[in-house]
Amino acid sequence: MEPLGFFEIALRIIYQLSPVWISMVILFALSIGFKRRLGLYGKLFDSPIGMIGFALVMFWVFTGIYGAMDMIVTHDPLSQVSGMKNKLPGTPVPGAGEGEYPYYLLGGDNLARDVFSRLVKGAWEVIKIAPMAAVFAFMVGITLGLPAGYYGGKLDTFLSFAANLILAFPVILLFYLLVTPEIVATGVPNYMAIVLFIFPIIFVGVLLNSRYYTRPKLRNWLLPVVLGTIIWFYLQLVSNGGYLINTPEYAIWGLPRAMDMFDIPGGILVVFVSVVFVNSPTVFRIVRGLTLDIKTRDYVAAAQTRGEGPWYIMLWEILPNARGPLIVDFCLRIGYTTILLGTLGFFGLGLPPESPDWGSTINDGRKLLSIYLHPALPPAFALLTLVLGLNLLADGLREESLKD
Amino acid sequence: MGLFILRRSGVMLLTALCLTFIVFFLTNLYPNLEKLAKTQGNFRMSDEAVASWLDANGYGGSMVSKYGQWLGVLPGWTRETEKGVTGRCITGTASAEQAAEAPTFCGILQGDWGYSTRFKDEVSDIISERLGNTGLLMFWVLMLMVPSALLIGVLAGMREGTATDRTLSTASILTTATPEYVSGVIFIAVFTSSTVGLKWFKGTATSAMDNPNFENFFLPVLTIALYGMGYIARMTRASMTEVMTAQYIRTARLKGVSFHNIVLKHALRNALIAPFTVIMLQFPWLLNGVVIVETLFNYKGFGWVLVEAAGNNDIELLLAVSVVSVVVVLVTQLISDIGYVYLNPRIRIS
Repeated sequence: MEPLGFFEIALRIIYQLSPVWISMVILFALSIGFKRRLGLYGKLFDSPIGMIGFALVMFWVFTGIYGAMDMIVTHDPLSQVSGMKNKLPGTPVPGAGEGEYPYYLLGGDNLARDVFSRLVKGAWEVIKIAPMAAVFAFMVGITLGLPAGYYGGKLDTFLSFAANLILAFPVILLFYLLVTPEIVATGVPNYMAIVLFIFPIIFVGVLLNSRYYTRPKLRNWLLPVVLGTIIWFYLQLVSNGGYLINTPEYAIWGLPRAMDMFDIPGGILVVFVSVVFVNSPTVFRIVRGLTLDIKTRDYVAAAQTRGEGPWYIMLWEILPNARGPLIVDFCLRIGYTTILLGTLGFFGLGLPPESPDWGSTINDGRKLLSIYLHPALPPAFALLTLVLGLNLLADGLREESLKD
Repeated sequence: MGLFILRRSGVMLLTALCLTFIVFFLTNLYPNLEKLAKTQGNFRMSDEAVASWLDANGYGGSMVSKYGQWLGVLPGWTRETEKGVTGRCITGTASAEQAAEAPTFCGILQGDWGYSTRFKDEVSDIISERLGNTGLLMFWVLMLMVPSALLIGVLAGMREGTATDRTLSTASILTTATPEYVSGVIFIAVFTSSTVGLKWFKGTATSAMDNPNFENFFLPVLTIALYGMGYIARMTRASMTEVMTAQYIRTARLKGVSFHNIVLKHALRNALIAPFTVIMLQFPWLLNGVVIVETLFNYKGFGWVLVEAAGNNDIELLLAVSVVSVVVVLVTQLISDIGYVYLNPRIRIS
C-alpha cells in the first residue's frame, strides 16, 4: 500500500475524531440556545475569546473521554508493530489483518508504537488528573485561606509562613524529592494524602453545619449522610489493599478490602498528591487576599451584627462574593497543573515509563528530534492547545464577570 | 525601613532553615540512603553491608544530629578503625595525631559545604562553577525578556482595544500557555533539524559553556524568556491601560501635549511600578525554566546539577542547591518589596 498524503491523513484524523465533533456541535448548540438561562457559563458564549478557549478545552476533554472508551484510538497505545519504528505519518502497517486499522496516522515512535493513539490516550491521562488536582488544591487553599484572612493574627502568620515556605521551593526540586520510588516506599506520599484529602471533608462539614445548625432536624440527618459518604470515599482513596500505609517495616490498617471499591496505584497517587501540594499555597494566598479585602464590606458587618458565626460569614458571605476571581484562577490552575504533569513526564518522574502522557512522549521524542519530528511534535502541540484553551477560557470568563 | 529589612532577613533565615531541614529529612530517609549506599558501593550489597557502609560513612545516627553537623553547630562525626581515624572533617583516613588537629566543627557555618558523592568533588567548587554558567544564561534571558515584555505591554496598553492591542495580548497569552519543554522542542524542530532544513541554530548548547555565541546560545535563552515574557507583558498592559485612563493623562491631553510625549513622559514611569514587582517575582519560575532548558539543550549549569544531584541522592550537593535557590527566591522577594516602596511614594511600610 502507498503511504498517505497530507490531505488524506488530515481527512482520516478528522473522520476518526467524529464522535468528538458530534458531541461538540451538540454541546455548543444547546449552550448557545439556552445561554440566557445559564448564568456566567451562558455569558461565556458572548465573548469570542472565551468561546474559542472553551472549544479547545472541550475538544481535549471529549477526546480524552472517548479515547478512554477506546473509540478514537486506532491501535493499542502500548503494542509495538515490527517495521514501524520511527516511520513517517501515514505509513501503512505491514500485514494488518482484518479489522485492524491499516495506517499509523501520525507515524510510529522510536519503539514502533502508534503516535496518534498515544496522543489520544495521553489526553485522558491529563483529563483524569488535572481537574481533580485543581479541585483538591482549591479545597485545601479555601479551607485554610478563609480563616487566615478572616481571623488574622498568629494563625495567619503561621499559615502564611508555611505557604511561603512551600512556594520558596523550586517546584522541580520538590518533585525530585517527592516523586521517587524510594519515597513511595517510605509511605511519605500516603501520609501526605491522608492529610491533604481530609480538607474536603472539613470543608463540606463546616459548610453544611454553619448553614443548617439553626435547623437541627434537617442538619441531623443531612450531615451524617453527606459526611458518611465523603468519609467512605476518603477512606477508599487513602487505603490501598486494606492498608493505609504499607512499608516493609510497619503497616497501618485501613478500610477492609471488601468495602474498598477502587485502588489508586502508588505512582498516580504520589503524582496527584505532589501536584495538589504544590498548587495549594498559591490558592491559599489568593483566598487570603480576597478575604482580607471582602471582610471590610458592609454586608459582612451586617452579618456580624446579626450575630452570625464566623464560619457562616466566611463560607456563606465571603466565599460566594469571591467566586469571580476564584473561577478564573481555577481555569488557570488546571492549565498550570497540566504543565506540571507534563514537567513530571518530561523528567520521567512518577508515571510509568510506557505511559502515554504527553510529557513522557515529548521526552521520548526529543532525543531523536534532529531526524524525526513526528513523535515529539503532536504531544507538544496538544499540550500547547489545551493550556492555551484554558487560558483563553479564563480570559473570557474574567471579561464577562467584570461586565456586571 | 532598617527594622523591616532586619525582620525580613530573620524570616528568610528561618525559611532557609526549615527548607534545608525538609530536604535533609527527605534525602536521609532510609530507602534513599540505601540507594546511595548501593550506587556508591555495589548494587548487590546485602542489607547488613548497606547498614555497615552507612555507619562507616557517617550516615548513621539521628536525623537531628546529622543536620546539626551539616550546619556546623554540632561536632562532626569521627570513627576510629584499625587503619586510622575517619571523620566528617577529615579527608580520607588520617592518623590519630592528624585527626586531633582537624577542626571539630565543619558545617556550612564554617564555610564547608561538604563533598559531592556524585561528582567526587567539593560541593562549593561545583556550585560556583555551574552557577557561573547559569548566571550567564539568566543574564541574557533578562536582557531579552524584560525590554521586550515591557515594550509589548506598553504598546498594547497604550491604545486599549485596537488591533495592535488584540494581537499583542493574544500573543502574550500564547507564550504563557507554552511551557519551556514545548516551545524548546518546537524551536529545536523548526530551527535545527535536518527535516525542516532551516538549520539556523544549534540544537545543543554544550559548546556555549566555553564559547557562547548567537548560534548556540540564542535558542535556550529565547525558550526561557518566552514563557515569562507573556506574563510580564500582560501585567504591563494592565497597568498601562489603567494609567492611560487617569485624570492627569486627560489633563495633559487637553493641554495639547502630543500623544508621543504623554506616553513617554507622563504615563510610562507610573505604569512601570507594577511590572517591576512581577519581574522580581518571576525568578522562582525562571529557576524552573533553567532546569528544563538546561536538560533539553544539554547545558551544564545549575539546573543540570540539580537534576544530577536529585537523581543520585547526592545529599550535600542537593542541600547546597536548595540553599542557593531559596536564597535567590527570598532575596528577589525582598528586593521587590523594597523597590516597590522606592518606586511608589504613595506606599509606606508600616
